Amino acid sequence: MFVLIMGCGRLGAELAALLEGDGHEVTILDVDKYAFDHLGPDFKGHKILGDGTDQDTLRRAGAERADAFIAATRGDNRNALASQVARHVFNIKRVGSVIFDPIREEVYHGLGLRTINPTKIEARLLRESIERED
Amino acid sequence: MFIIVAGAGKVGYHLARALIADHEILVIELDPARCDFVGEELGAEVVMQGDACDVATMERAGMERADLVAAVTGDDDDNLTVCQMAKAKFSVPRTVARINNPQNETLFRNLGIDSTVSATNLILGHIEQELPWRGLIPLMTFRGRGLEIVEVRVPAEAMIVGRAVRNILLPQGALLCLVIDGEGTPRLPTPETTVHADDIVVAVTNIEGEEGLREALTSPRP
Repeated sequence: MFVLIMGCGRLGAELAALLEGDGHEVTILDVDKYAFDHLGPDFKGHKILGDGTDQDTLRRAGAERADAFIAATRGDNRNALASQVARHVFNIKRVGSVIFDPIREEVYHGLGLRTINPTKIEARLLRESIERED
Repeated sequence: MFIIVAGAGKVGYHLARALIADHEILVIELDPARCDFVGEELGAEVVMQGDACDVATMERAGMERADLVAAVTGDDDDNLTVCQMAKAKFSVPRTVARINNPQNETLFRNLGIDSTVSATNLILGHIEQELPWRGLIPLMTFRGRGLEIVEVRVPAEAMIVGRAVRNILLPQGALLCLVIDGEGTPRLPTPETTVHADDIVVAVTNIEGEEGLREALTSPRP
């Protein structure tokens, strides 16, 4: 698959490495050029400096031929907007979005986005880590 | 009406000030200094400090009884979230979003925002009206119906010059409403009406038909 990732923080960079490891082609976007420092030296894909909520930027990044899009910035609203642009303007079928606010995540999930809520997942994992018997 | 305004920048502040005489207004703003300013000018009960995208803040603001929400911050993503959350969680009947990036206007309408306002697109429309421009000038939008009224000036080299309206192939859902000739005489087009160079044609179209309508009315003779 050809995957577009918006947000090259630790999460985006980690995800890019995983996807490349699985043999996928990756292009990653960020508004901050220093964010690309999170990528390992093995990263083979394209780095695009620009705003992933902007349609022209996404087009430049190859959104028209993308098989999947993932919004992985720290901003829920940015992720939600970019995901809906990917879905409704570029008709990308697989659109994943990180939404930290559990309530917003619920709403956007209801609107048909494939949302991931790190807050709920982390809370559950942390609970398990302390409730687990040694 | 009870109107909630998200964002107390210049647009939000002046909007609240214009509406406050006739409506119950609450402005939600993140920046405490800006809140103080609006409170001083319009009254402390008119402004609430908080994140308008956050459901807890929305509840505190009384979103469930809002008749209208106007999201007018300088960030389109925030404006979209405010409107989508207001609809999904509080069933607010009308949402209005300010559009900063004009490319977002169609998307926001398709996502169910009732009204969108883009200063850039409005100014662009005014500039285009002054320029020889081979395109559609949007005049008005029917909210919720997906229809738009547009204006086209027929270029001299257009294929349709000299043709009768019945011989112009229009896209599905497009309708010619008015033809204004060079003297400024408006006519309701009939199938027999002939289109001349420099006529102004006013048409109604759905969003999908826009490009086809532009081609039908402005494509040059081969």
